[in-house]
Amino acid sequence: MLKVTNYLTKTYGQKDGWTLAAYERDLEGYKTARQVLTSMTKEQVVDEAKKANIRGRGGAGFPMGVKWSFMRPHPTKPAYLVINADEGEPGTHKDRTIMELNPHSVVEGCIIGCYGIGAHVAYIYVRDELHLSKERLWAAIKEARAKGYLGRTPFGKDYPVEVHVHTGAGAYICGEETSLLNSLEGRRGEPRLKPPFPAQAGAFGCPTTVNNLETIAAVPTAFRLGCEEFSKLSTLHDIKDGGVRLFGVNGHVNKPGVHELCVGVTMRELIYDLGGGVLGDRPLLAVIPGGSSTPILRADEKVSAPDEKNPLHKWHDMSVLDVPLGVDTFRGLGTMLGTCCITVMAEGTCPVASMHNLMQFYRHESCGQCTPCREGSAWLLRITEKILDGRGTMEELDQLHDVANSIMGNTICAFGEGTAMPALGFLKKFRKDFEAYVKGEKTKAKNGTLAMGSEFATRMEGH
Amino acid sequence: MAFALTEDRDKQLADILTRYPTKMGACIPLLHLCQEQQGWISEEVVLWVSNRLDLPPAHVQGVVTFYTLFNQKPVGKHQVWVCRTLPCALRGGVELLQYCEKKLGVHAGETTADGAITLRSAECLASCGTAPMMQVDKDYHENLTPETVDRLLEALRK
Repeated sequence: MLKVTNYLTKTYGQKDGWTLAAYERDLEGYKTARQVLTSMTKEQVVDEAKKANIRGRGGAGFPMGVKWSFMRPHPTKPAYLVINADEGEPGTHKDRTIMELNPHSVVEGCIIGCYGIGAHVAYIYVRDELHLSKERLWAAIKEARAKGYLGRTPFGKDYPVEVHVHTGAGAYICGEETSLLNSLEGRRGEPRLKPPFPAQAGAFGCPTTVNNLETIAAVPTAFRLGCEEFSKLSTLHDIKDGGVRLFGVNGHVNKPGVHELCVGVTMRELIYDLGGGVLGDRPLLAVIPGGSSTPILRADEKVSAPDEKNPLHKWHDMSVLDVPLGVDTFRGLGTMLGTCCITVMAEGTCPVASMHNLMQFYRHESCGQCTPCREGSAWLLRITEKILDGRGTMEELDQLHDVANSIMGNTICAFGEGTAMPALGFLKKFRKDFEAYVKGEKTKAKNGTLAMGSEFATRMEGH
Repeated sequence: MAFALTEDRDKQLADILTRYPTKMGACIPLLHLCQEQQGWISEEVVLWVSNRLDLPPAHVQGVVTFYTLFNQKPVGKHQVWVCRTLPCALRGGVELLQYCEKKLGVHAGETTADGAITLRSAECLASCGTAPMMQVDKDYHENLTPETVDRLLEALRK
């Protein structure tokens, strides 16, 4: 069900939308943090947060309140809150809008978060390329500090809170939480073995909660409305997937963009109602639901859930385009909700070239620590390239499956799965296209198009 | 002349060091400061940083080689990054990169003969909703057309 809200986005597009003045004027800025710090205990904050059913917005969908409850005070070590704003999953473009256009929601979320988990310092890890985001976050921190919302006694409460912005230096893997922690500590961004989990030994060896930037930015709204009320805004409240969140739509649509909506919207609504339909009114080929690591769904796929106990039974035999976007609903479809930004592909887009494009990405971004991922991502790229160039064999097409399956489950972090799953998705859903390339029925020159219908590519024809 | 941070950047470093419980925490921010000053991270800079933060040179070198944005050799005066990843490619990102290569007469990864521009392809820059796009030094330029690209590249040559 499509329901547009503007809890976070009300100040988007305003001339001074990112300033404290706008945040206090239009979004009751910092009233919630003041109320939480001066009237609630830490335990109450965590209990309340659980009721919001905020599923982690970074892609994994872990319930935020539950994650907060893992934090136990350590006798000697401090605790940290770390915010993951290393947004770089291909197809994901939501966190940047919050940092640029409503940075104070992040700072206020950090104050409440720090208080709830027992931390006095929050680090916001922003990828280095996002210079405007860093600038706006720093400016927001400075404004909040000047008002006494941050510092030794925020809102007069004897509970010091500091927020710092930390930058990476161009590495997708640093979006993986333990890799991010290594990078924050000044090391190579290689993921760590778990356990210990960050709640036991995270940043600088201390108990740490890592939350996605959009997750923490949702906290002030949730506490302002009352966390249960916030959760109920979602049509998936009953399956503990609550609230409102940012949905992105990109690729072959007429109006790409980011929208704040109640959880429960469908891909069809995103593409046709908000995205203005498919570019050039072409039929829809497929959708990548939430960042390139989430396996692709074909537009002609139907939900198969004949069993009444299956949570997807309600949508049995309906198009996947009509299933509400939720963490568990999309897991049921054999893919993932991921970051909730959908990449739309119109008919005519080449699945082989698409997979080749993504395998270049994963090959480039594998940190190289684990052999199956380092070597496997290279093999996936090389074989896909051979097939795309018309030099591949059927045997090699099958080898792609073997390579992908050999990565899954054999690496320290989920990057391995993030590489193998989309590869297997393309191979399964578009087997015929791959075979056509092997048999020579299709070629890169004739069929390998990605940008058909887009303005830039059309203007470049014949150049 | 031996490498040293300018006075202004040295002050920034002092502030950075207060943010982390360890000196090592300042490693990446300090490398950014050095690169901002010198354009790239030379062996001399690696040694200077390791000295300044009491870290083994191998640690600092390891960090430098891990991250894409640390230049290990001199680069042009301006950095142009064109996103090539799928969501941009669906809207002409690949054609945009080819157009830039043609206009500048270099391949991605190379610097123009006058040393003005280094052109590189970038992996997803979180700008998928406004594709195709490119980053010029610190600024994003989105929803590009051939005309805006022409203007941007010409301005860099001045």
